[in-house]
Amino acid sequence: MTDFPFIKVQTADFDLTTEVKALREGHKDIGAVVAFVGTVRDINEGEDICALELEHYPGMTEKALESIRLQAHQRWPLQSSLVIHRIGKMQPCDQIVLVAVASRHREAAFEAANFIMDYLKTNAPFWKKETLPDGAEKWVDARVSDKEAEAKWLSKTG
Amino acid sequence: MLDIFYFASFREALGQSQEQLPLASYKTVACLLDDLSKRGDAWQLALSANPNLQIAVNQTIADRSTRLNAGDEIAFFPPVTGG
Repeated sequence: MTDFPFIKVQTADFDLTTEVKALREGHKDIGAVVAFVGTVRDINEGEDICALELEHYPGMTEKALESIRLQAHQRWPLQSSLVIHRIGKMQPCDQIVLVAVASRHREAAFEAANFIMDYLKTNAPFWKKETLPDGAEKWVDARVSDKEAEAKWLSKTG
Repeated sequence: MLDIFYFASFREALGQSQEQLPLASYKTVACLLDDLSKRGDAWQLALSANPNLQIAVNQTIADRSTRLNAGDEIAFFPPVTGG
């Protein structure tokens, strides 16, 4: 599906150790790797969640994620980066997203990982649907706090 | 022709995930939205009367004033909630 080797949109789970190893391969100048793993909570906005389903826009998703990744590379001196986002049905405690960033020094890696997540939340075309204990399904509403998290980067310099 | 896609809650509310329409009179996204919204309340609620409507043309975020050309891929969806 994707022509972008550092972007993966997949139903399968991922292994953090394997992915970080691949990210570091061929780079001897990496001094810092920051990896963020997002997982499925069993509670959201006070409601118990039994399952989560992720829908996306094939094609646009990969382009949006690659664009965010490249913006991070323009902003910070990064050696490599990777974004994996799962789609389909998931259960509480499942891994849902991985953002891994490698740089010479830790500050760039921490900031870039945070930046990629903030932009992913508001710009990548994914939608979550929750299944509640009574079997009812509910689309998750976008949060104002996510928009605010994205906006804070506009006033910062890389 | 135009390829039109509906995602997530829009797909469910409108009862379809995609359709093709002739370009004909749709010079901009706004023209297309006006016409789609005439199909009924669900369409109006999801599209023209929805302040949170998100629009993509050829897989890039667009808006009501974006011009349309034959073969364009247009998508309508609610605010994204990934991560």
